[in-house]
Amino acid sequence: MPHDGHDHDHDHDHQAVPSDPALRVKALETLLVEKGLVDPAALDAIIDTYETQVGPRNGARVVAKAWSDPAYLARLRDDATAAIAELGYEGRQGEHMVIVENTDTVHNMVVCTLCSCYPWSVLGLPPVWYKSDAYRSRAVIDPRGVLADFGVTLPEETEIRVWDSTAEMRYLVIPRRPAGTEGMDEEALADLVTRDSMIGTGLAQEPAA
Amino acid sequence: MPSDATAPTPVPERPFAEPWQAQAFAVAVHLSQRGLFTWTEWTETFGATLAMARAAGQPDTDGSAYWRHWVTALEVMLAARDVADKDTLEALKAAWADAYRATPHGEPVRLKGG
Repeated sequence: MPHDGHDHDHDHDHQAVPSDPALRVKALETLLVEKGLVDPAALDAIIDTYETQVGPRNGARVVAKAWSDPAYLARLRDDATAAIAELGYEGRQGEHMVIVENTDTVHNMVVCTLCSCYPWSVLGLPPVWYKSDAYRSRAVIDPRGVLADFGVTLPEETEIRVWDSTAEMRYLVIPRRPAGTEGMDEEALADLVTRDSMIGTGLAQEPAA
Repeated sequence: MPSDATAPTPVPERPFAEPWQAQAFAVAVHLSQRGLFTWTEWTETFGATLAMARAAGQPDTDGSAYWRHWVTALEVMLAARDVADKDTLEALKAAWADAYRATPHGEPVRLKGG
């Protein structure tokens, strides 16, 4: 659009209209606030929690403690929801947590074939790939192929178990403790525990030599 | 299916790419915490929305449509509970679009009479 230096493009003086989904959310929120069903401050608190406070570091601490403290591991096996809450990590959807332990003969992998159920309290919100149709459909029928995409190759004889999360049941994989980590404290061990290793699409990292 | 569809991304991911996604997420969590629906009911509605999109030939191959489906599921859930009907939401949506067009740059956007 030509400008003469004095005339302004009128549209630029006003605000850009948000995208269609953004407007749909604004409409929903306006109505829900009007009806007294939603408190905007509570929405901000929820967003802050999941953007800044909850993440895979929580799960890494659980795993590091499970590796270091046999009594804690026993409590995790018995009632993971309670044992995880000991560390201050509690789910808000009334979900039950279950740990699944990798061994030298069994590798566990977690998916949600229905939507994207995920252990928020210990891992935060799921990564994009976890929510994709590709992962949700392939994890069950071709777990070895999915693992290969993630650069993980397991021995032929390793059994791969795939766990389908639901709203009520969320799984946390306890990866195998890497060799050469004897004597490391929980904080140092937690650094080796990646998010993907707790979903089962990765392994815990080897300690730096 | 491209083999890299499930490949890990090297950059740390933020949970929300745009603010409306965070708002939509928080609305569902908040309403469930207040007892308007259980989280199980939410996952059933959301799962059905995802399945319908896939059946309609719009598979979410990279997860980018995820939050749009989340908003659709919210609309479906609230309509089923007689909280929000389609016409009311359409009218509010149009009112917000008008408000953005009518508000000078730099000023907070407000609904007329809101």
